[in-house]
Amino acid sequence: MDTIFAQATAPGRAGVSIIRLSGVQAYSIASEFCNIPLAGRSGLRSLKAADNSLIDKALVLFFEIGASFTGEQVIEFHVHGGLATVAKLLSELSAFDGCRLASPGEFTRRALENGQLDLNQVEALSDLIDAETESQRKQAISVLEGSFGELGKVWRADLLRAVALLEASIDFSDEEIPNDLYLEVLDLVRKTKVSVSSVLNRSSISSKIRSGFTVAIVGTPNVGKSTLLNAIAGRQAAITSDVAGTTRDVIETRVDLKGLAVTFLDTAGLHESDDFIENLGISMAYKASDAADVRIFLVERDNEVLPFPARPDDFVVLNKADLGAKNGLSVSGKTGEGVSELLNLIAERLLKKTSLDVVAIRERQIKGLHAANALLANVMVLTEQKPLAFELACQELYFALTELDFVFGKIDIEGVLDEIFSSFCLGK
Amino acid sequence: MKQFDVVVVGGGHAGCEALHAACRYGLKAALVTLDKTKVGVMSCNPAIGGLGKGHLVREIDALDGIMGLAADVSGIQFRLLNRSKGPAVQGPRTQSDRGLYLKAIQAILAKEDFALIEGEVSALMSGSGVVTGVRLSDGSEVCARTVILTAGTFMRGTIHIGDQRVSAGRMGEASANELSVQMESLGATFGRLKTGTPPRLNGDTINWQCLEVQPADDDPVMLSFLSKSPSVKQVVCGITHTNANTHDTIRKNLGRSAMYGGHISGIGPRYCPSIEDKVVRFADKTSHQIFLEPEGLSTNSVYPNGISTSLPEDIQYQYVRSISGLEGVEILQPGYAIEYDFLNPQGLSSDLESGLLSGLFLAGQINGTTGYEEAASQGLVAAIGVAKRLLGAAPIQFDRSTSYIGVMIDDLTSRGATEPYRMFTSRAEFRLKLRADNADQRLTDQGYTSGCVSSERFAQYTEKIEKLTACRHSLSDMAVSPNQARVAGIDLGLDGRRRNGHELLAIPGVSIQQLRVLEPSLIDRDIEALKQAGREALYVTYIERQGRDIEALARDLSIQIPTAFEYAGISGLSSEMIAKLSEARPQTLGAAKNIEGITPAALTAVFLRLKTQGLREAI
Repeated sequence: MDTIFAQATAPGRAGVSIIRLSGVQAYSIASEFCNIPLAGRSGLRSLKAADNSLIDKALVLFFEIGASFTGEQVIEFHVHGGLATVAKLLSELSAFDGCRLASPGEFTRRALENGQLDLNQVEALSDLIDAETESQRKQAISVLEGSFGELGKVWRADLLRAVALLEASIDFSDEEIPNDLYLEVLDLVRKTKVSVSSVLNRSSISSKIRSGFTVAIVGTPNVGKSTLLNAIAGRQAAITSDVAGTTRDVIETRVDLKGLAVTFLDTAGLHESDDFIENLGISMAYKASDAADVRIFLVERDNEVLPFPARPDDFVVLNKADLGAKNGLSVSGKTGEGVSELLNLIAERLLKKTSLDVVAIRERQIKGLHAANALLANVMVLTEQKPLAFELACQELYFALTELDFVFGKIDIEGVLDEIFSSFCLGK
Repeated sequence: MKQFDVVVVGGGHAGCEALHAACRYGLKAALVTLDKTKVGVMSCNPAIGGLGKGHLVREIDALDGIMGLAADVSGIQFRLLNRSKGPAVQGPRTQSDRGLYLKAIQAILAKEDFALIEGEVSALMSGSGVVTGVRLSDGSEVCARTVILTAGTFMRGTIHIGDQRVSAGRMGEASANELSVQMESLGATFGRLKTGTPPRLNGDTINWQCLEVQPADDDPVMLSFLSKSPSVKQVVCGITHTNANTHDTIRKNLGRSAMYGGHISGIGPRYCPSIEDKVVRFADKTSHQIFLEPEGLSTNSVYPNGISTSLPEDIQYQYVRSISGLEGVEILQPGYAIEYDFLNPQGLSSDLESGLLSGLFLAGQINGTTGYEEAASQGLVAAIGVAKRLLGAAPIQFDRSTSYIGVMIDDLTSRGATEPYRMFTSRAEFRLKLRADNADQRLTDQGYTSGCVSSERFAQYTEKIEKLTACRHSLSDMAVSPNQARVAGIDLGLDGRRRNGHELLAIPGVSIQQLRVLEPSLIDRDIEALKQAGREALYVTYIERQGRDIEALARDLSIQIPTAFEYAGISGLSSEMIAKLSEARPQTLGAAKNIEGITPAALTAVFLRLKTQGLREAI
């Protein structure tokens, strides 16, 4: 049986977050991060990621079989409650074979199965189960409503057909079934794989939570970008790093914006230049601002021509409110006027981005998409081989469908048969 | 009055398999049949096995059943379906000589000690909710501690040919109507299903010269693990096709078809459509294939597979004669549709015991299935259930991860049947593991322990396992470097990794011959066992990946949900889930998990309630 893990405390920022790891492999997996304290004792440990980088200093607790919440071997990591730390640890844990994110209610279920709870506790816990079901329901609705849900429907239809074609080739081979169905299978799988990959690329929100969002301040030289950056930095208590770019012409300030880690970049002024070094800086500025999630175009007057086109998420901000301009968004780096309002707007926009991609924000789902992607690649390899191993291609496809369960629920054999019987005239 | 342990009602494939299994367990058994000359008859197409179905026959055979043996003795055209695909999806099949098959079944049964009673069962007898036997229409009673009802298409069977309607269980045989009425008085609610059969043709009037033929395989694969080779001559099938004229005739006369004239309410199987259905549903298809299958070596009757119908006889003549090779054909018996009673199998236990009366077991078409193999498997399961009940015989675990029989029982009891249920390999999610070639490895041990497998078969099986184990050891002991492999013509690339025999056999294209070059001791190993080890090697990585699923499944399967379990009021279940679960009545958490839309959290909620109830009862 799999070893499972999940955040045991409420999601979101908190002083301390607890991540619970339960199952036969709990001890051995946890040992990859640090030395485990004796059973029943706690110990302060440095948690090391697979690449040996430090995840966090955490309180680590070990509970032996029979002496834990689930009755299994359990390790608890009490980490500092930043979103990024929790996300990083969850992501590291999910990399182990046979170790996965717990389904809602699964810890409780294991606890019950192992006889760790008495009757009163069982009844008290049913309230908890309610909450989990409710959150699941909300999640399911958001999956189905968003554009992601629409994509899911397309994937479902395409993969269902691909399975149906393979199954028809297997189960009705002695009937009048065209023998080139695998060509359509290959097309359908390839198409879906491209689509899954693109979702993975786009919904990098999860990694954003780990590494933070970036906001680039762009504009012509001397428009006041650095002053604005300093104003932003000055207003925020929670500056986590402040790196001056001595060797590069991008200066960044990392701030905490409503629980999101946001890095503000001050880029080199964008203008035509003959200076080789300055041009290097400018091209770097273009690159950095292109990769940023949001750009602030700092301008000196209304209707100024932007150095490059703005995206829908970008802001055009009139600088130097102290000089009297009041139209539209305006800030003054010097007096600080308008900076809070701008930060609020940015936070709002970034939070909206995360909620838009709420489905893909979950580690489990990202992992599912990655796994499905890899399995679809296997199907393609098998579909291109001669002789075609139908039953193996089919099995890989079922594995992939299982990974995508969270997008469209279980694909049922009756659905596959429906597709087969509506596509081919079968039956002797 | 004589008291039987079990009375089997009906002498079709389900009944014969149930009866023989009961005898193997040493139960005192009786068979009640309407016509003892018809025991073991093939009512529809003259073939046994196929995709999914061949797997079922092998599983029956692994438990010492009789279907495979009878099929092998009477087989006139053995073909291994999907021969070019992997072993997991290969299905052994044979056409059988109808007369020889029936004779074989009757000969096998004749060796056993049971009472053969001719008559129509008109009522189930019972006291305090427990079945006590059956009453026949002549008023006589057969007392028994259990009853296995395998009524086939006989309960309120109605045959349709055009607008003609006859009460019958098969062509020319009376239906059983009283029993349905009596069971309704016990609380049974019957549904209606439909199936069809094509006209039987006089082979002497077919112009075989102009037809393509399909021959038997050169190296026939038998249905039973015990058989070595065919017993009788192998024949070819003819292949012909319908054409635009055929379709015109059918289309013009659709209104006269019983199906399309509105005479039939029963639901027919989608995978066995009538020719009317094919023409209507696939209107753009201008031709359909027909296999002309000889029904035996000593009969001129031919079964045209692919054109079952409920059109009037004169139209059957018209359309059949429009087909190439059949221009002057004579019809020996017209095709017909038959409607019959069935009971929703969702109410059954996994032993196929009905909720209607304790000790009443149901098998075959009455449970909504179609097909000889599906019926026979259920007969066997019911008999095992009876032996468990009466003798305390060790149970045989039929579940989705170990047998096709388990897949079928689980599908029937947790999903029910909305159309006649047929087995396909795609229904078995663990099909890479559930192969026809290893049915004995999956079941024979358990069958022997339970008491339905004879010591002769067990000895033969043990011998096979010994040979296989020896092969596995020899293969495991090999450590072949890429350089060595190259000597035998196996190109591994020079990765420096040594591989054992299993790993080599898993590589597509690697032959046993090549392995014998690398490891001469393999020459002394049994070739069949080596082939079997090769089949296992092919799927081993996939099966390991599925292993975790199976483990999880087994865990869930062990948690039982009482039949009367109340889902309403469980906090954490949506009303939709409550409706689904109440409808499906899964017997285990594992079965509940397979229901669409049931989430892990919902399962936890159900589990929680189960546990709470258990604790309350314990207090």
